[in-house]
Amino acid sequence: MPPLIHQLDTLDRRLIDGYQRGFLVCERPYAVMADDLGMTESELLVRLERLQTLGVLSRVGPVFEHTKAGASLLAAVAVPKNEQEAYAELINRAPGVNHNYAREHDYNLWFVMTAADEEQLGRRLDHLEAELDRPILRLPMLEGFHIDLSFPIPWQELESA
Amino acid sequence: MNQVAELYMDTEAEQRLRALIEKGLPLTSRPWQTLADQCDMSEARVMATIERWQSEGLIKRLGLVIKHRPLGIKANAMVVWDIPDDQVAMVGRRLAAERAVTLCYRRPRRLPDWPFNLFCMIHGIARQRVLLELDALTQRQGLEAIPRQVLFSTHAYRQRGARYAAE
Repeated sequence: MPPLIHQLDTLDRRLIDGYQRGFLVCERPYAVMADDLGMTESELLVRLERLQTLGVLSRVGPVFEHTKAGASLLAAVAVPKNEQEAYAELINRAPGVNHNYAREHDYNLWFVMTAADEEQLGRRLDHLEAELDRPILRLPMLEGFHIDLSFPIPWQELESA
Repeated sequence: MNQVAELYMDTEAEQRLRALIEKGLPLTSRPWQTLADQCDMSEARVMATIERWQSEGLIKRLGLVIKHRPLGIKANAMVVWDIPDDQVAMVGRRLAAERAVTLCYRRPRRLPDWPFNLFCMIHGIARQRVLLELDALTQRQGLEAIPRQVLFSTHAYRQRGARYAAE
C-alpha cells in the first residue's frame, strides 16, 4: 500500500487545512462546507467517512477546554520495560484514560486521565495505583500557554519525507 | 421556564448531548437534528446549547480532529524543563510562541523524583529534525543552561478525545 499521504488528494488536503476549526452551527453545516469546496454534500460525507476509515480523521467534533470540562491530569508510571505492554493494557482498561503513550524514560508510560470532577479523578488514580502496585506521578496542569493541538499539516515536507 | 433559568440549568438532556458529541458529530445531512433525536431536544435547542458552550469557552474548537501519526508526523517529543519558579511563566509564553511547539504547560515538580516544571510538545516528521528544531529554539530562547530531558514517544497505546461524561 502506498504511504497514506499519497492517498490524500488536493480536496482532502483543503478539507483538512480549512476545517480543523470553524465548523458551523447551522442546520446543514456539511452542505455549506461542500459548497465551499465545490462538491455535493453527499460527496463530502463520503470523503469524511473515507478519511475516518484511513485513520487520518479521528472525528468531527468539539475539542473541550479541559479546565472547564471536568478534571484531567497527566500521569506517569515507571514499569519494567519487558512488561510495558501488559501495564499499558491495565492503564487502558481504567476509566477515563484517553491518551496513553510509551516514552523513552525511566517513567516509561504516560497517560492522561479525565473524570467528571477532582474527587472522582483522585479515586480513579488511587484505584489504578493499587492495581499497578506502583506509584503514579501526578502532574496536573497549573497553567496552559498553548493548548490547542490544531497546527498546519506540512504537506510538502511529508511528500518528500 | 424563563430564559435565565434555562441558560443555567445543565439539564439531563444537555448531559446526554455532551456525552454524544465527545465521541464526534454524526456524518449526516443534519447532524444537529440527528443529535437532537438522540437526546430528546429540538434541533434549535441543540444548536443554541452548542453556541452557548462555545461562548462560555467550554468548547474551544469545533471541526476536524486529525490524527497526526498516520499522516507521517510520527516524531513526538515531550521536552521537560526545570525552570526557576519566578521565570517559568515568561519562558512558557515564549516557548508557546515558537512555531514548532504545539503544546506548552506548567506542571508541579514532584521532588525528589521529578524536578521538571515546564512541559512542551514538539511534533515532527523525523526525530533528527525535531532535535534540530529543539536545539535551535533552545538557543533562540537562551535556555542552554536549563536542565531538561527529551522524552520521545515510542508507541501510542491510546489516542482519543477526552470523555468527561460518566463512563
